[in-house]
Amino acid sequence: MPAERRPLSRTALAWMMVGEWRAHPGRVVTAALAIAIGVALGFAVHLINGSAQNELAQAVRTVNADADLQVHATTPLGFDERLYPALARSPGIAAASPVVELSARFGTGPSRSLEGGGLTVLGVDPLRAATVTPSLLGRGAAPAAGAKGFVPESLFDPRAIVLSPAALSASGGKVGEVVTITAAGRTVDFVVAGVLSGAASDPQVAVLDIATAQWLFGSLGRLQRVDLKFASGANPAAVEAALRARLPADAQIVTAQSEARRGDNLTKAYRVNLEMLAMMALLTGGFLVYSAQSLSVARRRPQFALLRVLGLERRGLLAQVFVEGALVGGVGAVLGLGLGLGVAVGTLKFLGGDLGGGYFRGVSPDLVVTPLPILVFFILGLAAALLGSLLPALEAARAQPGIALKDLGDKNDPNAKPAAWWGFGLLAAGGAAAFLPAVGGLPLFGYLSIGLMLAGGVAAMPWLSRVLLSPLQGAGRRNVSIDLALKRLWGAPSQAAVALCGIVASTSLMVAMAVMVASLRGSVDDWLTEILPSDLLFRVESGGFDADTRARIAKAPGVRDILFQKTLPLRLSSDMPPLVLLVRPVDKARPDASLPMIGRILDAPDGVTPVWLSEPAARLYGREVGERMVLPLGGANPQVFVAGVWRDYARQAGAIAIDQSDYTRLTGDDLRTEASLELKPGATPAGAARAIRAALPPDQAAQVQFFETRQMRAIALRLFDSSFALTYALEAIAIVVGLAGVAATFSAQTLARTKEFGMLRHVGVLRRQIILMLAVEGGLLGAVGVIAGLGLGLAMSQVLIHVVNPQSFHWTMETRLPLPLFASLTVALIAAGAGTAVLAGRRALSADAVRAVREDW
Amino acid sequence: MSPAVLSLTALRKSVPGGRVLFAGLNLEVAPGEIVAIMGESGVGKSTLLNLIAGLDQADSGGVAIDGVALESLDDDGRTRMRRDRIGFVFQAFHILPHLTLAQNVALPLVLQNLNAAEATSRAMTILDSIGLPGRAGDRPSQLSGGELQRVALARALVHRPALVLADEPTGNLDPETAARILALFVAEVRGSGAAAILVTHSERAAAVADRSLNLTRDGLVHAG
Repeated sequence: MPAERRPLSRTALAWMMVGEWRAHPGRVVTAALAIAIGVALGFAVHLINGSAQNELAQAVRTVNADADLQVHATTPLGFDERLYPALARSPGIAAASPVVELSARFGTGPSRSLEGGGLTVLGVDPLRAATVTPSLLGRGAAPAAGAKGFVPESLFDPRAIVLSPAALSASGGKVGEVVTITAAGRTVDFVVAGVLSGAASDPQVAVLDIATAQWLFGSLGRLQRVDLKFASGANPAAVEAALRARLPADAQIVTAQSEARRGDNLTKAYRVNLEMLAMMALLTGGFLVYSAQSLSVARRRPQFALLRVLGLERRGLLAQVFVEGALVGGVGAVLGLGLGLGVAVGTLKFLGGDLGGGYFRGVSPDLVVTPLPILVFFILGLAAALLGSLLPALEAARAQPGIALKDLGDKNDPNAKPAAWWGFGLLAAGGAAAFLPAVGGLPLFGYLSIGLMLAGGVAAMPWLSRVLLSPLQGAGRRNVSIDLALKRLWGAPSQAAVALCGIVASTSLMVAMAVMVASLRGSVDDWLTEILPSDLLFRVESGGFDADTRARIAKAPGVRDILFQKTLPLRLSSDMPPLVLLVRPVDKARPDASLPMIGRILDAPDGVTPVWLSEPAARLYGREVGERMVLPLGGANPQVFVAGVWRDYARQAGAIAIDQSDYTRLTGDDLRTEASLELKPGATPAGAARAIRAALPPDQAAQVQFFETRQMRAIALRLFDSSFALTYALEAIAIVVGLAGVAATFSAQTLARTKEFGMLRHVGVLRRQIILMLAVEGGLLGAVGVIAGLGLGLAMSQVLIHVVNPQSFHWTMETRLPLPLFASLTVALIAAGAGTAVLAGRRALSADAVRAVREDW
Repeated sequence: MSPAVLSLTALRKSVPGGRVLFAGLNLEVAPGEIVAIMGESGVGKSTLLNLIAGLDQADSGGVAIDGVALESLDDDGRTRMRRDRIGFVFQAFHILPHLTLAQNVALPLVLQNLNAAEATSRAMTILDSIGLPGRAGDRPSQLSGGELQRVALARALVHRPALVLADEPTGNLDPETAARILALFVAEVRGSGAAAILVTHSERAAAVADRSLNLTRDGLVHAG
């Protein structure tokens, strides 16, 4: 009668696992820590970005208040206020509230930061706003502590202003005191009439009467926004569609959903890329689990064979190795989640919400932790460990117990040719995936391509080791140590691959990132040289220079040549962040003399206005050179011609350049906000700045900011470096994890060869000869790892440069190689390989040689 | 007469390269019977044990244990057959170094899903009976070769198998210790009622068996 099938013995599994871990705790701890670091980095970056994103969304909600629907101007120039009554009378609309929205700052001088003052001035009709957006008036919520019972009607006083708690704090004033606000080039004093309800972390908002805002800030007849309330029973989609059909080109419908999408689109690529970068450490951790489990399985081959002989089924062995991996992954993931939470709390407390991209600069968010990311990162940690255990588990289960029981646990078969098709297949699949398009604006196939290349590179390691070491086979004839080292490495390429997979993974990822960053930095440097050829730049934050002022400036002493321009935000789509309209003189016959053009340049057909799109704008909006598009400017609906594409690394949401005469013709706006000038020989920047200030009206002279081109270039490169500071840190961590893996793997492999060393000592090999043999082995393995890591990293860098960056950030760049980094990496890895092998060898050789030969396990 | 515990019928086995180890091999082992198998090195003694244990497969012929043909079982079935019906003693002991002696001995029982307390209790009983009382919590590194082979013998018998396969059980021991282990082996196997196949080079070891057979290319022939 056949023996009955029973469930797996948990006791046997537990005994085997506990026994193994008790015997080799260091290896388990190293593998769990590698997973923990990966999970911690990913989880912390996700928490910080998520919290900052939540804070930004909250800020947008505060400024936009609680309207059902909004009509926004496409530019800060606003739209004609006659649109307001038309909207208010539209079917399905119960109430409408007109709003003037201006970017402003406290005080009279120029703002201290390049980003501006950070205050939003909202001019509202208190009676309309009370119906449509009561939260803008603080109704329905208690006044902030210290506020003197703000009464909305007090806004009818033309000098009264109500501040959010953050704005009150930034103003440095109190309720009842006077604060000075500068917006649209004008500076006005107001009395703080009250404080809006809200938190201190909310954005800076100042609310005043709409008529006052239009009058004092030169916005008569213009509105930036109309807030709308649906009539009860109205169909929101139908109302929205009807309104959309009636809107002029310079107005757009904005809903809560489109605002959410806009906020998400603004930062999605940055957040996802940063999290993917953080995941690289987890990937390296997964490879280290693979190394640890492979070695553990190889060492325990006879033990597993005994268990199979005694009656453990194949699935029992599979379960054994998998459960070991799962426990390592589970413990590592839980540790990582705790560590990640701590890092996120500390970062948000001490450094704020910005991790270098600049998207969340100045945001001080509260930590937001939800169950889903906890679960996702726990599963990722577990999955990395389980994937790392998969091949070793299959190998353990596949082994023939009768043969494995007598195996020494160290299979060297110099005649066996390592298979390469598996690795090349994965590499080819990775290469093919790189040609697939983005999914939802994210380079998912680009990441898949990198993952496949990584797996393929590691899988091809046995073959590559053999190929690289073949020419050296004759090199060790005169030295027994070198000869032994070469023969072992050549004869056991799979063992070399196991030792190298962690370091090949981390090195190639680091090389790929380093090449990408060096390429981007080099391209940005070149671009800065091209766009900043002048000596001095200056700008005014609000308002602008009219034609008379410009003429005076041009004649100021020290000024040889000057170019005025204007930048203003322009919304092409309610789902997308506004791009920048760059108004400047452009030579239509030779735009490449004015802009860093790339690709073909066309002449616009007669009567059609040409525009030149930045590379991100062309990619984001899917526009090609030669196409026509609508430019929503100044109430007109002009068809413009895309005459070319130019390189731009400064504005990720895109930019459109238009010749200044076309802009003024289309909008009637003749003000310019920025200028770059060349100095006359002998003139100094400081002297020219003084002369220009003297040529300006007094209020503008106080607001204008000057920058020397040299400074700007240095600031830009400093910002670039700070943007990638986290990248460098994550790379360094991945390399440290990889080196720790090399140390653990070499150490384990060397200690497992105690019996071999004992035999060599028996037959007369000197102790120092064995140490030299190990140093040569370690150094050669390090060298093979460097060659493989560099080759694989260079291939992966091309995916980052030509796929991930264009699909995420919509810019391209030329490849540049950071050769000094490659050189130091080569030296470090070879030294680490040789050093670790020697240290582990000394330990292994300290055991009694005779006893070593008699050891059975 | 009781049905045979082990039946080998027209067994043929060759190795890669085509060399035939043996062909037409027949054998029946009755319950409680101890059979010694001798032969020169390389003749295929260990391979024969692997075939009997279901760890290797014959070119042709059949192996049946307690009337169940191993060829009719898949890998899991053969594994369960080993777990429940067969005990093993090896020349190199194969005692797991990170388990205690009691855990090593109890392994076949916990693989049958007996609870840990019951398995350990039975392991301690058998350790007492083979001359290692009070050593249940010791680690294998604290034992001599002879003691390790006692532990291996205890592990082979703890689950009351129908058949014990012993591959050179005294090959790693000095003559005195080997003699003591052989005596213990015979006593314990006979006491359990199991049949045993004892593969050995040693005439002295073979002498303790009920039958001694020589393995040749043409099958098993009576020794001496």
